[in-house]
Amino acid sequence: MIQVEHYLVVSAALFSLGVLGILTRRNAVNVLMGIELVLNSANINLVAFSRYGEGNLSGQLFAVFVIVIAAAEVAVALAIVLTLYRLRRSPNLDEADILKG
Amino acid sequence: MTPEAVIFYVFAAVTVLSAGVVVLARSLIYSAFALLFTFFGVAGLYVLLGADFLAATQLLVYVGGILVLLLFGVMLTHKLYDLDLRSEVTQFLPGLIIAVGLFLILTVTAFRTQWNVGPGRAPAPTTREIGQLFLGQFLLPFEAASILLLVALLGAAMIVRRSKEA
Repeated sequence: MIQVEHYLVVSAALFSLGVLGILTRRNAVNVLMGIELVLNSANINLVAFSRYGEGNLSGQLFAVFVIVIAAAEVAVALAIVLTLYRLRRSPNLDEADILKG
Repeated sequence: MTPEAVIFYVFAAVTVLSAGVVVLARSLIYSAFALLFTFFGVAGLYVLLGADFLAATQLLVYVGGILVLLLFGVMLTHKLYDLDLRSEVTQFLPGLIIAVGLFLILTVTAFRTQWNVGPGRAPAPTTREIGQLFLGQFLLPFEAASILLLVALLGAAMIVRRSKEA
């Protein structure tokens, strides 16, 4: 029998892998992929509690909002990455140090 | 093992393994295509949890929209003749320690906590109910989300626009 804890462990693994990607990659697009993994792991939790909790659909509605936010986030973030690339000729985040005094 | 358990483990394995490829692959293109399988695995988990509408939305928005945008990002931030598209890894060991620590903490918490598990929701079509909730109880967040999407679209177009003096 699959319990809610099974889904929580999958979600925890996805979250940790996303954090690993955010922390260790230099390429900005790869960092964005890590953020998508983190958002997906949060969604798995929300839907799992919607299924095993009180039995209402609030969790799934929250997941829909998370997907909307993810779409908006990736559009704006890619715009910033493209502008940065045009400015620095490099997609690497550690070379974006223009504001450093 | 019940069929449900078998399907769950298959989808969980697809999700977690391809997420590992996303994070650890040397090539950006490999990462992007592994992300495709991660999204499919998560959609499969949604189906298993009885969230049919959400699984379809996941495939449409993530695979059809976000992944294509990320691939555009990969292509536009590299020179076209630069075929290998390498992505370097920095500070791998501290990141690995933090990620493994997070995973252990979250897993222990998941098993130690007495979750408020209720009667649950038997798998049933959800689209009609979700639509009624969006146009009833959740009307204001729904409208706010649509305005947010409009603002994000305009903002993204404004940011990447080439200014005339540049």
